[in-house]
Amino acid sequence: PLPPSESTPNQSHADHGHGSSAVGGIPVVTFKWHHVETPYQVALWILVAGLAKLVIEANHHVTNVIPESALLICFGFILGGIIWGADKVQTFKLNPTVFFFYLLPQIILDTGYSMPNKLFFGNMGAILVYAVIGTCWNAASLGLSLWGCHQGGAMGDLDIGLLQYLLFGSLIAAVDPVAVIAVFEQVHVNEVLFILVFGESLLNDGVTVVLFNVFDAFVSLGGARINAVEIIKGIISFFVVAFGGSLLGLVFGLLISLLTKVTQKVKIIEPAFVFVLGYLSYLTAEMLSLSSILSITFCGVSCQKYINANMAESSVSTVRYVMKVFANGSETIIFVFLGISAIDTEIWVWNTGFILLTLFFIFVYRIIGVFFLTWILNRYRLVPVEFIDQVIMSYGGLRGAVAYGLATLLNESKIKEKNLMICTTLLVVYFTVILQGITMKPLVNWLKVKKAAVSELTLIEKLQSKVFDHMLVAIEDISGQIGHNYMRDKWNQFEERWMTRILMKKSVRKSRDCVFKVFHQLNLKDAMSYVAEGERRGSLEFVRNESAFIDFKKKFVDDCSGAMPDITACMSDDYSAIRIDQVPSVSLEMHEQNMKGVRETEDINTHHLLQQHLYKGRKQHRHRYSRSHFNVNKDENEVQEIFQRTMRNRLESFKSAKMGVSPPKKISKHTKKDQQQKVPNGKSTENGKRYFSGDEGCMIGNVCIPLTPFPLGPAGIENPAYIPDLDPMAAEIPPWLAEYDAGPVAPSQRAQLRLPWTPSDLGRLAPLRISTRSNDSFAQADAPAAQQKDDEPPTPSKRDGRNM
Amino acid sequence: LAKSCPGQETVTLYLRGVALRGRRPRPAPPSTSPPPASTSHPIKQEDNLTETRLVSHSQITRLYSRFTSLDKGENGTLSREDFQRIPELAINPLGDRIINAFFPEGEDQVNFRGFMRILAHFRPIEDNEKKSVAVSEPLNSRTNKLLFAFRLYDLDRDDKISREELLQVLRMMVGVNISDDQLGSIADRTIQEADTNGDNSISFNEFIKVLEKVDVEQKMSIRFLH
Repeated sequence: PLPPSESTPNQSHADHGHGSSAVGGIPVVTFKWHHVETPYQVALWILVAGLAKLVIEANHHVTNVIPESALLICFGFILGGIIWGADKVQTFKLNPTVFFFYLLPQIILDTGYSMPNKLFFGNMGAILVYAVIGTCWNAASLGLSLWGCHQGGAMGDLDIGLLQYLLFGSLIAAVDPVAVIAVFEQVHVNEVLFILVFGESLLNDGVTVVLFNVFDAFVSLGGARINAVEIIKGIISFFVVAFGGSLLGLVFGLLISLLTKVTQKVKIIEPAFVFVLGYLSYLTAEMLSLSSILSITFCGVSCQKYINANMAESSVSTVRYVMKVFANGSETIIFVFLGISAIDTEIWVWNTGFILLTLFFIFVYRIIGVFFLTWILNRYRLVPVEFIDQVIMSYGGLRGAVAYGLATLLNESKIKEKNLMICTTLLVVYFTVILQGITMKPLVNWLKVKKAAVSELTLIEKLQSKVFDHMLVAIEDISGQIGHNYMRDKWNQFEERWMTRILMKKSVRKSRDCVFKVFHQLNLKDAMSYVAEGERRGSLEFVRNESAFIDFKKKFVDDCSGAMPDITACMSDDYSAIRIDQVPSVSLEMHEQNMKGVRETEDINTHHLLQQHLYKGRKQHRHRYSRSHFNVNKDENEVQEIFQRTMRNRLESFKSAKMGVSPPKKISKHTKKDQQQKVPNGKSTENGKRYFSGDEGCMIGNVCIPLTPFPLGPAGIENPAYIPDLDPMAAEIPPWLAEYDAGPVAPSQRAQLRLPWTPSDLGRLAPLRISTRSNDSFAQADAPAAQQKDDEPPTPSKRDGRNM
Repeated sequence: LAKSCPGQETVTLYLRGVALRGRRPRPAPPSTSPPPASTSHPIKQEDNLTETRLVSHSQITRLYSRFTSLDKGENGTLSREDFQRIPELAINPLGDRIINAFFPEGEDQVNFRGFMRILAHFRPIEDNEKKSVAVSEPLNSRTNKLLFAFRLYDLDRDDKISREELLQVLRMMVGVNISDDQLGSIADRTIQEADTNGDNSISFNEFIKVLEKVDVEQKMSIRFLH
């Protein structure tokens, strides 16, 4: 009896094949369907569901109108019909064990992991009110109303008591996260509305399961034996189950965070820990009869920050993708099976009164509940939930697979009308997912619901939002009230002081700063778009050289890690010197005169350049990810280097701009050229350096950093004097190949030259920033090195050139 | 502001009375009728305070009691030292900047009116205010909120955030692990994002423009307790 696990069908297939072939004598070929039946079917179902999704996604004009979830259910209808036609009996349906153990956890873990935490906890109060009070209200009002109508004789002869009605109410009360995500992801409503609906759907799942269990216990107990004590016990168990589950999830989340702190040695299986422990949190909660959904939700919520910081970048993206794969796959299978489950004569017990009244009450009580609770909440909310948003919230009360799963869990011996309840639940699910799902988008458009703003990543916004945070806290302190911001500030401090210290790797903790992170990301984007631009141009000249440059630098850095920043500083100094070589015909005076004009045209150029390639996300990613699969460190270093270099270059250009001094060295340029000719292989690299710094300097520092020292930077590319330098053979070699042979040769001279001076570099870096004078110290520090090497220019001339 | 100066003492006295009443356990609902001591004189003063748009009486009462508890010198005004005594502000990276914002140019005392005027920037915008066409722009409008934020950077009040000014704020905001060089590049890039006219600084218009997608109304609002 193999468990119907999704991940191992092929493996178990192979195992069985081996085992039985040894037993069965010497048959050449045997057909052993039964050995593989279960895993085979599971694998086939996954395949079918995946293909269904593929087909549906391919028809974009259809998914624009009808949400995917509705289409998948319809596909399930068709599939179920075919199976029914073949078998004349319902072979497959959504089994609660499979659903709750294998399909649901992944979806919930994914939602917890990708939860926008600030938004979620910022609206926690409202979400809890909707999830707890709203759900209880829905369950109670529906159960009581149905019971009332039953007593009034609206449903004919049904064997359902008050408790059973309440049980039914509790199972169908909850808004379903799977259905809500599926529908709301396609309509981009504003984030507050989204988090309210979504958070409610997540948390009320826990609530509804708890309610269901409590009422189930009541039903088993029988009406007569329920007294006040039992009811109080029920209420207590409600809180224990809900909070216990959440707490357990938190514990597991912290456990994952702690574990990822020490897993850098096993990068390959690092992501697996997240999944396994997440799943274990679900199972543990189930074992302790706590709320497993809440448990896995909070597990994801609490660990996301730390594991994203602790794990290697590739592991983080692995976790992210695999989560999505699992969640999306499960979601697809769930919807397909919801459709298939309908094709079963057994469950279709029609009772017009019961079904229609259920539909009606669900709809009406949802509206009443939302509006009433919002009315109360709005008295305490800083930004009230608007009327239109309330309409969408009440309309977004989609029911889904959790309700169906719970309905199939009903005990037929105690609830005679189980099939009617399943049938009604299914109808409610179809009604809400298909009809409300389809009409949601037009409704959102028609009501002009505030949509989510697509915001670009900018430094100033990040900085400003931090400023806002601090400002609000300060104002709350001054006005002497303990408000939302005060609490959040206190929590942040606590988190910073304890949690982060314990749960985050030390190295990560140090380099963590949100403004800086945005800066880093922007730089990465620039660097990647720079590469993409080179590929687009086709010549690949400067890309090739850039890669060579990177390689060169990496090798160099590996040799003397630790002193890297200083060395890079020196190197960028050198490059700025080299770059001037490109335009020997232009005199310094001309530089200064034309500076403004040139800068403006540069700005236009670079703006254009940036704009053009910032959109090419795909290419960037391909470039970036193609290498990251196996050699993680390499990629990371590379990225780090691009970043480091960018910053050094900017600093350089800024420094020169601020001092108003161009550091061209007319004498040194000749020597540099000599040098290049001496080392033919290194030439391309040197070119690259020039190209690179010229282009990049203006590209990134386009507007605000006047490119004083290299006003003709971009001209280097079109500069005809330059083109003969290009090696036609090398140009055809892709960068990743070219870098190899160019790399080792080029750095040798300069790099080795610089090395012994690293400690003094450190010392002179500081004064360098402060005044022009410091150039002297720089040059003097260089002097001995220069003398060691024959073709280096004499020191005084160098200094003169700089200070001119 | 100058107009209110003569009557300042009465405001203080009047509010002291209200404040005392407010301290009683009686919970003050948000929109109570004017307090019983409403002679024509205080009502006039109250109108002046309403101008700062912190309408509700209980809010004014509560904030006044806060004001007096901060006012260690008991002279009806707050000095910088009074603010600096708030322990939480010492650990707020922007604490001193925000304290500065309370003091008009060249002054080192702030009275209750000025205190309220600053706090009024942080009142959320209400629905009816959005629609009504006010004669003067309320202090809690989007522009005024942004202006307040802008002034936190703009120390020399030349209506421009220069690179140095930005760098100072950045230094306060980021951790010590970021080197000066890196910070300089961040500042450059930040200015570059906002700067449209190429003067290497951020003007207020550029500031508004670059933050136009940010929900300032929400991010710069506090729900003042009653």
